[in-house]
Amino acid sequence: MSSVIIENITKTYEKGIVKALDNVSFEVKSGELFGLIGADGAGKTTLFRILTTLLIPDSGKATVAGFDVIKDLKQIRQIVGYMPGKFSLYQDLSIEENLNFFATVFGTTVEENFELIRDIYVQIEPFKKRLAGKLSGGMKQKLALCCALIHEPKVLFLDEPTTGVDPVSRKEFWEMLGRLKERGITIIVSTPYMDEAKLCDRIALIQNSKILDVDTLEGILTKNKQNLFAVSSDNMYQLLKDLRAYTDAVSCFAFGQHHHLQVKTPTSSDEKLRAYLAHRNHTNVSIETINPDIEDTFIKLMQDA
Amino acid sequence: MKLFFSFIRKEFWHVLRDTRSLVILLGMPVMMMLLFGFALSNEVKNSNIGILDLSHDESTQLLTNRFDQSRYFSVTKNLTHESQIEEAFRKNELRMVVIFPPKFRESLLHTNQAQIRLVGDATDPNTSNIMINYASAILRDYQNEIFGEQKFPYQINVESSMLYNPKLSSSFNFVPGVMTLILMLLGAMMTSVSIVKEKEKGTMEILLVSPMRPLMVVITKAIPYLLLCFIDVLLILVLAYTVLDMPLRGNILLLLAESILFIFTTLSLGLLISNLVDKQQTAMFISLVGLMMPALIFSGFMFPLENMPLPMQIISNLIPTKWYYSIVSSIMVKGLGIKFIWKQTLILVAMTVFYLAVAMKKFKIRLE
Amino acid sequence: MLNEEIVIKTNKLTKTFGDFTAVNAISFEVKSGEIFGFLGANGAGKTTAMRILCGLLSPTSGEAMVAGYDVYKENELIKKHIGYMSQKFSLYENLTVRENIEFFGGIYGLSRKELKEKGNDLIGRLGMEKEANKLVGSLPLGWKQKISFSTAILHQPKIVFLDEPTGGVDPITRRQFWDMIYEATDAGITIFVTTHYMDEAEYCNRVSIMVDGSISALDTPHQLKEQFETDSMEGVFLKLARQAKRGE
Repeated sequence: MSSVIIENITKTYEKGIVKALDNVSFEVKSGELFGLIGADGAGKTTLFRILTTLLIPDSGKATVAGFDVIKDLKQIRQIVGYMPGKFSLYQDLSIEENLNFFATVFGTTVEENFELIRDIYVQIEPFKKRLAGKLSGGMKQKLALCCALIHEPKVLFLDEPTTGVDPVSRKEFWEMLGRLKERGITIIVSTPYMDEAKLCDRIALIQNSKILDVDTLEGILTKNKQNLFAVSSDNMYQLLKDLRAYTDAVSCFAFGQHHHLQVKTPTSSDEKLRAYLAHRNHTNVSIETINPDIEDTFIKLMQDA
Repeated sequence: MKLFFSFIRKEFWHVLRDTRSLVILLGMPVMMMLLFGFALSNEVKNSNIGILDLSHDESTQLLTNRFDQSRYFSVTKNLTHESQIEEAFRKNELRMVVIFPPKFRESLLHTNQAQIRLVGDATDPNTSNIMINYASAILRDYQNEIFGEQKFPYQINVESSMLYNPKLSSSFNFVPGVMTLILMLLGAMMTSVSIVKEKEKGTMEILLVSPMRPLMVVITKAIPYLLLCFIDVLLILVLAYTVLDMPLRGNILLLLAESILFIFTTLSLGLLISNLVDKQQTAMFISLVGLMMPALIFSGFMFPLENMPLPMQIISNLIPTKWYYSIVSSIMVKGLGIKFIWKQTLILVAMTVFYLAVAMKKFKIRLE
Repeated sequence: MLNEEIVIKTNKLTKTFGDFTAVNAISFEVKSGEIFGFLGANGAGKTTAMRILCGLLSPTSGEAMVAGYDVYKENELIKKHIGYMSQKFSLYENLTVRENIEFFGGIYGLSRKELKEKGNDLIGRLGMEKEANKLVGSLPLGWKQKISFSTAILHQPKIVFLDEPTGGVDPITRRQFWDMIYEATDAGITIFVTTHYMDEAEYCNRVSIMVDGSISALDTPHQLKEQFETDSMEGVFLKLARQAKRGE
């Protein structure tokens, strides 16, 4: 069963000049942890705002838990939880006050649904008297998640919850999402971090207001096979330039300690490349044939688009 | 109901935790009252006055000296004809002219009656009024001197007239003026800014995506400010009565009731503004330029409306502050009752209903 | 272009706010031409340390020299000789590309003629001739970041401080951005960079990781991975940051 269905949604701003979403369609299954992955400005926030009834699309149709995002505004607002990208709680209210307030807003109490947020809340409870404005980024984010969960929503929308958050807090956050998913909540997360794709059941890649692909991570990776070498040497910057000048090269980008070189000809042999690099005086050369990861694939899809 | 109180409580947290704004909100009326009061009592000191003496007798000579010696006046010009008065006012040479009619002493002693005219330049009505009062006091003293304490029928009839602003009523005009301004500022600006803040900070986004009616946010926002405005009204009245010795004529309950009505008017204006803009700065700018300026210009507090060209007078009817100002000065200064202000009251009610209706209609349940 | 000239040197640099020690006696050196990665969890003290080094904040105790100037007494001179770019504030959205370049160049005292020349040169190098007179607000984030970086190094500073320069940027632009960083180091500019992308930590010559106000590790990515027996910088980071006791 699909929890969220999006059909041909298009949305423009400023009287059609700025295109935010271009004919976007996909479905999110009930109970799924779904990732919407793309850079800032790709259209993620606009899509979330349409699904949470905050914006009306120019054209297209979308439903959340069977309710139409335009007509059934009231019903949708009863059952969704939403955490906007910008920290949007009252900075001059304490953790406790914020949580109680939002519980009342959703017609419930903190006690009633405490089980759901217990995990997360215990981490910030020692600071419950502190004003939200004085919290660190990680704590703010946990508080915001608690507030979005307080009414036990059926569908949870999290807009870039991990942007600007360090890897440790990000990991913790995803662990929390995993536990929420086990309770049967459908979760849709947007993120600019490609590596978070592996933590989602399925992902949609979005770039320049268009969906590049929707599938499981493996599905996307197998669909987009590339001939890739991971190459490193002692002079990485020179290596990058030389690899880009290599005759068989499609593209070459830095990937941490290696450069990923995409070549035209499918080959498992690296001899030609090795010879080329030796000729260019590279020392300590290491070449490995690799399978593309999500970033390689995203780059390829961007170039294809 | 629980939801309602939870909102109200939250609004009070916002207001009470923002100490700086709170100090301004409660400090500003005090400051304005004291400044106006202080400026007023200092205004009249050795003001230039002219004498138009058509009698030239012992009494007029003496009175002229009395005026000159008083610390309030200094006689700088002797006029010979009434036509010179306007010119002297225009050139800002004189602020008041004392006119002794021919045969002043003679008629005073023989008919026990004498006329004297005081003509003030009422472009600054407050000052002018005070000057007339001081001048009258000097004349009264003189009267007492010649006739002693006994209540003789001898009388100097003081006839004072105000040029440019003939209907001028009282030197305490600024008190209704301050009340009007403060309520406008607090009611409209603070309410709109605090609602727009929710939009700017993104909290409105979350509240919109919730089952409660977003109108609740907006209505409950107004309540703490209603209370603060009311406190300010009381503060101003207490200051006027105690520090400035202003006599409180008229029915105080009526005055408070009318003030609450006007607070509602300003709050609904604030709601209206907040529905139209998205930035705190814009809300503040609109409140200041769009509301405060007209409030200052068109209420009759700074500039007498009677002297404005007709189109301006017509415009002034659209400004709620004009009506409230007129109500307050009628009650406080003239001591009039509801019989005389029901028209203004009705106009204010109508305006409030109109603003609220537009605000509700314009209220957005989505982001754009 | 590494040489042995030291451009940043701190010795027991400390900053306290009340009874909270944001930066706790950190000592390190950055060599000229180096790409120095400055990592740490949120709240570890990175931002405070960076502000001190940029001359925006006075330390409580300890010493620090930046570009040869003392952070206590010569912070104005420091500001003149460094470049700074952050993700949050970089350019004026309502000015055009050219106006931004000229404005920021002007701040650093470039002459009118220099501004024109360098501005044109820069716009040419970025391939933005068509966009030069467009408002910055209308450009994609990735472009803004590139312009922003280019203006930060327009006055050829010795060091440029980059505060999470690639947050939220798409994978291609992110890499193009690093190409620009490499290019800048080729020209002898030292890079001091913070990031939350661990693959970017690999591009640095040396990386320091702050935990609870102190520097817990400082070495080349290769050495760090060996020391912490893991195959990625993310592994190193997680192992270190997990030790954090400070309640964020």
